[in-house]
Amino acid sequence: MRYAETGFNLEIDLTHGTVKRVATDAKLTELYLGGQGTAAKILWDNVPPEVAPLSPENMLIFSTGLLHATPVPGANRTAVSTFSPLTNLYVNSLMGGWFGPELKHAGYDKIVLKGKSPKLVYLWINNDRVEIRDAAHLKGKGVQDTAARLKEELKDANIQVAAIGLAGENMVHMASIEHLNSSAARHGVGAVMGSKGLKAIAVRGTKDVYVAKPAELWAMCNSKYQEIHDNPNAGDPMAHDHNEGFHVDNFAWGNARTRRPGYWNKEREEEWVALWKKVRTRDSGCFNCPKTCHYTISYPGRPTYFLKCFSKLTYCMAAFEEIDFNYDILGVTSAYGLDGFSTPQVLAFAVELYEAGILTDEDLPGFPSDSPGRFFYLVEKIVHRDGIGDVLANGVYAAARIIGKGAEVYDHNTTKKVEQVPLKLGVVNYPFFLMYCTGEKMNITQIEGSFPQAPLADKEKRKKFVENWDAAPERFKKWYAEWEPREHMPIEAAVNVCDWNEAMHYVDDSIGTCAWLSSFRGQFGGSPPYHLYNLPTFITLATGMEMDPDKLLEISRRNRNLVRALNIRRGLRRDVEKPPEDHWKKRDPEMEQKHLDAYYDFKGWTNDGIPTKETLDLLKLDFVSEDFVKRGILAASEATP
Amino acid sequence: MSGQAKKKIVKEIKVDVEKCIGCRACEVACSGFHASPKYSSFNPARSRIRVVLDLPSDVYVPLRAGEYTAAECTGRQTFRINGKNYSECSFCPASCPSRDLFKEPDSGLPLKCDMCEDEKIPMCVQVCRPGALTYEEREEERDDEPTPGEVEIGLQALLHRHGAQKVKDTFARLSQGE
Repeated sequence: MRYAETGFNLEIDLTHGTVKRVATDAKLTELYLGGQGTAAKILWDNVPPEVAPLSPENMLIFSTGLLHATPVPGANRTAVSTFSPLTNLYVNSLMGGWFGPELKHAGYDKIVLKGKSPKLVYLWINNDRVEIRDAAHLKGKGVQDTAARLKEELKDANIQVAAIGLAGENMVHMASIEHLNSSAARHGVGAVMGSKGLKAIAVRGTKDVYVAKPAELWAMCNSKYQEIHDNPNAGDPMAHDHNEGFHVDNFAWGNARTRRPGYWNKEREEEWVALWKKVRTRDSGCFNCPKTCHYTISYPGRPTYFLKCFSKLTYCMAAFEEIDFNYDILGVTSAYGLDGFSTPQVLAFAVELYEAGILTDEDLPGFPSDSPGRFFYLVEKIVHRDGIGDVLANGVYAAARIIGKGAEVYDHNTTKKVEQVPLKLGVVNYPFFLMYCTGEKMNITQIEGSFPQAPLADKEKRKKFVENWDAAPERFKKWYAEWEPREHMPIEAAVNVCDWNEAMHYVDDSIGTCAWLSSFRGQFGGSPPYHLYNLPTFITLATGMEMDPDKLLEISRRNRNLVRALNIRRGLRRDVEKPPEDHWKKRDPEMEQKHLDAYYDFKGWTNDGIPTKETLDLLKLDFVSEDFVKRGILAASEATP
Repeated sequence: MSGQAKKKIVKEIKVDVEKCIGCRACEVACSGFHASPKYSSFNPARSRIRVVLDLPSDVYVPLRAGEYTAAECTGRQTFRINGKNYSECSFCPASCPSRDLFKEPDSGLPLKCDMCEDEKIPMCVQVCRPGALTYEEREEERDDEPTPGEVEIGLQALLHRHGAQKVKDTFARLSQGE
């Protein structure tokens, strides 16, 4: 018997309309755990590097995490893995909610989709019964509306739905896949779903999921509910904190350019809170987690939508508007299924181009003069791919190059073609430099997270922090204790910090635990509910596999290198491993490159960022090194460093 | 003759729907507790507490499985509470033919909450950290049995209305059902 997982994937070919239930190899679970780990392996085996992201040959994989549907609290993040139309590289976008656990109860660890349906369809997974059904009546429908209609049509209020809106149908590169209060929103995974002619997936599962050590696992889980609930550093504080000063005063407004220190004041806080009290209807959690990181917003004239994380500020900051505009436009963009992180930057970029005379009234006929009007106008252009919207729908990087006429200069906040967090800071921070450069997720919040961003000023407080820091391997305690404000840590420390931060995300993304309880939250307070030293026990008790911190790190490294290999095979090299160009005012190119050298060396990669044969073989990724040699990516002579 | 007043412990799960966040940890815990061996498998579909959820409409109602009923209601009521619509089914604990709720997914046999017999506090309450579910025990004085007089009055009314044969048949059928 397989514990924690079902041992079956669902393989759907949308071109031929075929559905297969396929048994998986338990050995792969031991090597990659699950989630994006096993998804990356499927992509490696089945999607050659020549395949264009929006072509039928690309695969779109919905993965449950290994611990989904076990009682481990907060294991509910579904991984959506594919190749991105925005970057042409691998993307793994995650969503919380209830979808993954429901899929596992239906009897599947993954849905692996390929091909392209000749007409718009949706997938209905009801335990063993799986149907591809006509979705003509759902064409152009908003994401929440689609879910509500499917629940009615399928006569079951308990189904879980993941759907795309018009943005996904029209293959906008910022299109998200939406599921109730959560979104897999990054790098155009919604566009890939749209390219397959798949409007939605509805799933209902009523099967048992078994665990290996029932009593011990339950005892650990039962005490976790309280711990997670009470831990102020777990979950999303942005959902409950009304002091937005940190973000609005420090992050850049408009097209990631203008800082407005002193914007936040008591009066504004009162106004914003008063509006919040009027439009916020309810907090919600995700499956089996006591935190409330999401809430519904019912803004007059808009359908009710769910708000989460930084989306509460991104549109108003990009448009130089007040918070009411943010609530208003989210009512539109949420229904269309647009990424709340990238989209506002694309809109602000277009406004800048217009003001600079690069885009003209010819490109934007009837362009309003007010900022909110312009944003609403541009959203419609983009989701319909109408006129200039067809260009902007490809994201800032591609749009700048298609538009030309100097538009490239206005693309100043992307890394590897991805819009980055609108932050403009003083002096380069080396762990962050490395994370921006080398992270395959290209989004800092998905890479940072275990090691604090800055040292506590008081040495005694640092000492105390370190004493209670159960989540950290020993060597980090010394580095942190000795880290003085405004000083750089040694290169070795910066490299290790980057490595540990990303490693914990690779763990979460394979077992399905939420980063808000784990890989993203250790940096604040040092007490994440899940970390390197307690997760192995949860995994062992749930699955029956022997696990310890070293073994877990090894699997995390294997997954990290496999994901890296997917990108290397698609052409990723050192030349694009750069932070956004003006992210820091004060740079030190020589020192930066020394850090990058040291990081590649630490990882066992060549000077060009390619995992060496030795590194790959040690991680049992010899099928990758063989492929690299065959393709000439690694010459036999440079296969070792 | 009258029944004797007896002291009885009433176990009560109080539900504060405003505090429910829809996480369904109660369902996870309940299904694990009632698995055999305990906690060896999990399946919200087997849970004896279900959260009736419609997030966009702001409906979050944890509902505990009550008695089985062979027949569904002939009509339905709809309640409007604080501007939201609820079917009476949203609050009805019965395992009934009109819905899948509170039935074993394989056999269709009815499920009923047993307040986790040997646990001091039911598991659903233990894991509900947001506080939507709380547990209370209180002593109540109750008449142990209905007085024979009452039964006699009721039975006479039935005999009068339906005749002896019909009452006898119905009694036989119902006793078999038990």
